[in-house]
Amino acid sequence: MQKNTFKRKTLPSLAMAGPVSLWMILFVTLPMLYIIYISFMSRGVFGDVVYKFSLESYETLLDSTYFKVILKSIKAAFVTTVLCILIGYPFAYYIAKKPKEVASKLIMLIMIPFWTNSLMRLNSWLLLFQTSGPVNNFLLSTGFIDTPMSFVYTDGLVMVGMITNMLPFAVLPMYSSIEKLSRSLLEASADLGASGRTTFFNITLPLTFPGIFSSIILVFIPSLGIYTVTDMLGGGKVLYIGNIIKNQFGSIRNWPLGAALSVLLIVITGLLIYIYTRFAKIEDMEVL
Amino acid sequence: MSDSIVSLIDVEKSFGKNKVVKKMNVEIKEGEFLTLLGPSGCGKTTTLRMIAGFEEATSGAIKVQGESVEDKEPFERDVNTVFQNYALFPHMSVFDNIAYGLKIRKRPKDEITKRVNEMLDLVQLKGYENRKPDALSGGQKQRVAIARALINNPKVLLLDEPLGALDLKLRKQMQVELKRLQKKLGITFVYVTHDQEEALTMSDRIAVMNEGVIEQLATPREIYDRPFTKFVAGFIGESNIFDGKVKALHDGILDVETSSGTMKVKGSGFDVGESIHVSIRPEYVKVNSDPVEGFDLKGNVKDYIYMGTVVKTSVDLKDNIEIKYSRFEKDEDFKEGDSVNIYWNPERAVAIKAKK
Ligand SMILES: Nc1ncnc2c1ncn2[C@@H]1O[C@H](COP(=O)(O)OP(=O)(O)OP(=O)(O)O)[C@@H](O)[C@H]1O
Ligand SMILES: [Mg+2]
Repeated sequence: MQKNTFKRKTLPSLAMAGPVSLWMILFVTLPMLYIIYISFMSRGVFGDVVYKFSLESYETLLDSTYFKVILKSIKAAFVTTVLCILIGYPFAYYIAKKPKEVASKLIMLIMIPFWTNSLMRLNSWLLLFQTSGPVNNFLLSTGFIDTPMSFVYTDGLVMVGMITNMLPFAVLPMYSSIEKLSRSLLEASADLGASGRTTFFNITLPLTFPGIFSSIILVFIPSLGIYTVTDMLGGGKVLYIGNIIKNQFGSIRNWPLGAALSVLLIVITGLLIYIYTRFAKIEDMEVL
Repeated sequence: MSDSIVSLIDVEKSFGKNKVVKKMNVEIKEGEFLTLLGPSGCGKTTTLRMIAGFEEATSGAIKVQGESVEDKEPFERDVNTVFQNYALFPHMSVFDNIAYGLKIRKRPKDEITKRVNEMLDLVQLKGYENRKPDALSGGQKQRVAIARALINNPKVLLLDEPLGALDLKLRKQMQVELKRLQKKLGITFVYVTHDQEEALTMSDRIAVMNEGVIEQLATPREIYDRPFTKFVAGFIGESNIFDGKVKALHDGILDVETSSGTMKVKGSGFDVGESIHVSIRPEYVKVNSDPVEGFDLKGNVKDYIYMGTVVKTSVDLKDNIEIKYSRFEKDEDFKEGDSVNIYWNPERAVAIKAKK
């Protein structure tokens, strides 16, 4: 009988989940374990990995230069997230209040940058903002400035790049939670004496909070590890964790240090996801 | 008019090209239980939403207590709504849901607590104040919705199919409770339903709506006994309706010619040759083996449905028209297939003007 239940229940689910699990183990879990393993090894003279236990890489992380970069990256990711939410929420709200056909077109507009090659997108930013680019030309011709401003390879431009890159991730979850909000709840609130503003803070905002939180996670985590935007718009002059990891594995060839930095990112990500699931549970209970 | 609390004057509503409410005129009296009754899509909800202020009338005027409410937001009207799907705030407890209207108005804490407790008493939900809406049954949610709408002491309570989602037994129970509540509070209820039985049992007056028009506005008794239009006759209760022409008239009784034969009906204001509908309830239909003077409705008894004390039967008439009749089991009886003559007391039948 036991064998029978196994055949009937366990086997089919194993058949379905099996390949995916195997794939995940092979290509996600194992590499991750390997990264963790390497982070505790030492670096050889020729940039190779010497398989001898050492905490050297982690000690380097605490070194002030690296530590500063880490803090700076966290700060940049934080600012990106806050701005994406602040810009994205009104935008998501606006779209959600439009009729369905209009809304789907607007969503489409947001998605278009996703489908263009990111190198092309970032390069066009550089062209736009370079010393003799259209933005400077425009500012010069209107007389706002009399010498061209240097936008490229600055923290400012990197920030603008990060925000535009991440905005769609912020808008979509918030849009879907605002859109799901039943109109009759807002009408009930108005009926009972609330102005539009009061209704927003009492009903709309709390009920769309899960969406906001998803957006935070979806923006913050990639922002922390991003290196394409910082590489291109920062021109290698502006360093974030992502760039350093890339360099350690690439040109500098200090794999244990790169691995240790990666582990740090994984830990931060894991922590956030843990908070998220805990939070989501509480939220569920609130709604129940 | 001083005793009407809500007036709709020539109110019309269109969504795009679709005219949903047409030239509606209603005077809702203070303290009455008025029901908007009609089939799905006839404009009941739209009418209610215009009174509440969620929808703007395309033309015409709506007055509450004699004042035009055109420029008033929903929260500025002395009117509150119980929504069809309850619309309880899912992130708030029962207490906070009910207290919402007072909290918004920044009433003092002890007043809020006192009023919410009164409301909980009123709808018999003591002990549930800390629950979230999702932990309540349908009937309990409905009570919370009612308590929440009543806390601001509205002059008029609008209810959009409030019992629509409940099962039959709970529905019957809540009908009685709602009616009792309305009497106790003495406020006006404007109630939307498409359940005619509900409308008949609860209402002081019923407005029967069809395709955006009020076909008849009267007491349940009048609606049932003297329907104005063919639609009302067919929609309320069971009815046999014949289409015909007036052949002759004498002493307030009309002789009517239909494709099933001739019949008599009480009526006034008709001319000879005019098109007419005749409506007769199954319980007033009589059967005889010999023809009855003034009636020529012959047919064969078709089926025989025994329903406890009452028996329902139908007779096939000429032109493939079937007439239903019901009677007590102990009455004189005909068997299936018997050839019979149908007649009735002309006073019991209703003459209805045909629409031009
Ligand atoms: N916002 C809207 N936009 C366009 N058409 C609408 C809108 N609201 C209602 N309608 C249309 O108006 C008509 C009347 O709708 P309404 O909701 O008033 O009907 P109802 O009598 O309440 O029906 P039900 O018994 O199904 O609730 C319907 O044909 C509906 O499709
Ligand atoms: Mg409706």
